[in-house]
Amino acid sequence: MKLRTFAAAAAIAALAVTATGCSGGSGGGSTDAGGKTLTYWASNQGTSLDNDKEVLTPELKKFEEQTGIKVNLEVIGWNDLQTRIQTAVTSGQAPDVLNIGNTWAASLQSTGAFMPFDDAAFTAIGGKDKFVKTAMDTGGIPGEDPTSVPLYGLAYGLYYNKAMFKDAGITPPTTWEEMVAAAKKLTTGDVHGFALAAGSYTENSHFAFINAAQNGAEFFDADGKPTFTSDGIVDGISRYLDLMQTDKVVDPADAQYDNATNAINDFANGKAAMVLSQNNANSSIASQGMAEDAFGVVAFPAPEGGKDIATMVAGINMSIFKNTKNKDSALEFVKFMTSEETQATLDKPFAALPVLAGVTPSFTDNAELAKTFSDIYENKSKPLPLVPAEDQFESTVGKAMNQMFATVASGGTVSKADIKAALTTAQQAVEAAG
Amino acid sequence: MSAPTALKKSGPAAGAPKRRAGKPRRAGWWLPYALLAPAVVFELVIHVIPMVTGIWMSFLKLTKMFIANWGNAPFIGLKNYQVALDFDSAVGMGLLKSFGITVAFTILVVGLSWGLGMAAAVALQKAFKGRAIFRTLFLIPYALPMYAGVIAWKFMLQKDNGALNHFLFDNLGLPGDKPFWLIGDNAFLSVVIVAIWRLWPFAFLMLMAGLQSVPNDVYEASAVDGAKPLRQWWAITLPMLRPVNMVLVLVMFLWTFNDFNTPFVLFGGSQPPAGDLISFHIYNASFLTWNFGSGAAMSVLLLLFLLVVSGIYLLAMNRRKDNA
Repeated sequence: MKLRTFAAAAAIAALAVTATGCSGGSGGGSTDAGGKTLTYWASNQGTSLDNDKEVLTPELKKFEEQTGIKVNLEVIGWNDLQTRIQTAVTSGQAPDVLNIGNTWAASLQSTGAFMPFDDAAFTAIGGKDKFVKTAMDTGGIPGEDPTSVPLYGLAYGLYYNKAMFKDAGITPPTTWEEMVAAAKKLTTGDVHGFALAAGSYTENSHFAFINAAQNGAEFFDADGKPTFTSDGIVDGISRYLDLMQTDKVVDPADAQYDNATNAINDFANGKAAMVLSQNNANSSIASQGMAEDAFGVVAFPAPEGGKDIATMVAGINMSIFKNTKNKDSALEFVKFMTSEETQATLDKPFAALPVLAGVTPSFTDNAELAKTFSDIYENKSKPLPLVPAEDQFESTVGKAMNQMFATVASGGTVSKADIKAALTTAQQAVEAAG
Repeated sequence: MSAPTALKKSGPAAGAPKRRAGKPRRAGWWLPYALLAPAVVFELVIHVIPMVTGIWMSFLKLTKMFIANWGNAPFIGLKNYQVALDFDSAVGMGLLKSFGITVAFTILVVGLSWGLGMAAAVALQKAFKGRAIFRTLFLIPYALPMYAGVIAWKFMLQKDNGALNHFLFDNLGLPGDKPFWLIGDNAFLSVVIVAIWRLWPFAFLMLMAGLQSVPNDVYEASAVDGAKPLRQWWAITLPMLRPVNMVLVLVMFLWTFNDFNTPFVLFGGSQPPAGDLISFHIYNASFLTWNFGSGAAMSVLLLLFLLVVSGIYLLAMNRRKDNA
């Protein structure tokens, strides 16, 4: 009897734990009949969730003063954001307005849960033409009304440590070959030429894409069917893996880095001479005590004869949930957030590139840095595949790369045939889901 | 064996007066039903409805195109099951591999947790000074919030600044490079150890409680007959703990086979292939590719497997009891 009572108690405890584990879900849309309250999910852009709140709250106050619309803000960490959006889509318990990673735009559009920006909606927020074209291209599936508009622009750059380069007598690289040669020269003892977030599947999928794009290869054909196993892709991924495998300029320990900040910290602490990062790394670098004039940035170089693509079009877009009861207020809020004035205020703390046409970057006081990133963003970028299966590409290819890096880091080798096999598996998983 | 059972069944019925049809029911006849109703409602809401929904989902093409309004998802019959069981394709192969890893994981974790729990329970059976302290200490992993416990392991198992490698290589001075514990093949070992750490106090607790019910004079009598501790354990403790063990092993098996929390917290979002346990695998299959229909089909297959294994186990155990 005692045993049974105990087992029952244990079962109840287990249930209680599961139940509380599940209840962390949605914040719930606001139901204010007057349309005077909006719920807004912001993605984490600053150095912490609290930092985001501090930056955004004065702006939201300003919005309330102007329009009488109150905004309930929730800042969501990057690792939770995708799941939170999925939950919101599935349950209908959604905010009115939210930030999305712009690479998810086409995937999210295909769920049908988001409001398409038709001509009237664009007019309400100040016209489609106010946005930079590169940024606007990421809004959704080509040929349809987009379900998101750009909010913050981001681009990858190759950060290098000026002092280390000067001491070794090297100039910043302009080709992949020069970059590897420099990294080899700078790899001594505990210091490595290069730091990579080799355990982060989102970063890995981005670099699989960029390296493949430099080879002129595409992950999806014109019909949106995956073509993961083409030679250009295998070669591009192989080149990237080789930074750790054959060139040995990356610390194998980086295979455990599951977010970009780890690699950036190594760079800022002088453990690595170069790091690939989006331009919002500046605040992280500063928080580790590296001065802004101690590093320089160049475009991530392509191999000789390759296409001059240095980044995917990274950034954050804004979407409105279709089932919002406050459509007009939501549009007004999007207009406010994408206005020149608000952008000018937010671009600096969030280190974002302007998504509005004809605006000079204000994310840094360093004019050279601003120019470099603007050039990369506008002239050397390519959007990730704008297909519904984009998110599956990110998760399957990115995770396959995590595993290949793990193999290399623990002493194994990854041949081109292995890469092709891993990509075949990834492609089959995407096909099975489609 | 069948005769007494039949008698027993018909016994009380035969003695009771038969109620005539049409006789007005006693007042308050509904009371037992009313008292049961909350339980029935909760059972429906907590178990039956989600389970039926899950089974229904497994027959739908529930991809991201349909999740916003999943009443509209097309019915595709057994297609999801075909994909999950097609071992020539990546999805089926992935599920099969994950199943194999989970079987090995479960055998190791349940076996070793039971062994550790038994050893500790027997060792602490006799009263001695400080026994209460040991009992409390052993229960800490069980009392600790799961997340806190596993995240601590995650820190300890880091390659460069984790406590384990620090102890092995910096303190003990093992030669060679510090290995990875959370990626690559060692990931399996790591998740097994953490799962045992979490589970064995439960076995300890159950077995310790079970040992309380074994009368001491049996041991005394056997000691008079000259039985050594090992023989006592084999001939007295083990048979006396049979009912406890039967439930304990089954519960530990089900928990371990379904373990999601340990790999999820230990590995984060991206699990290494060696630590790809089945619940986590199904979660990834559902949420990473937004294919909830296929995820539901895999869950149903897992449920069927667990039902069959539990059924066979219970039947076998009951038969042994009848023979004994």
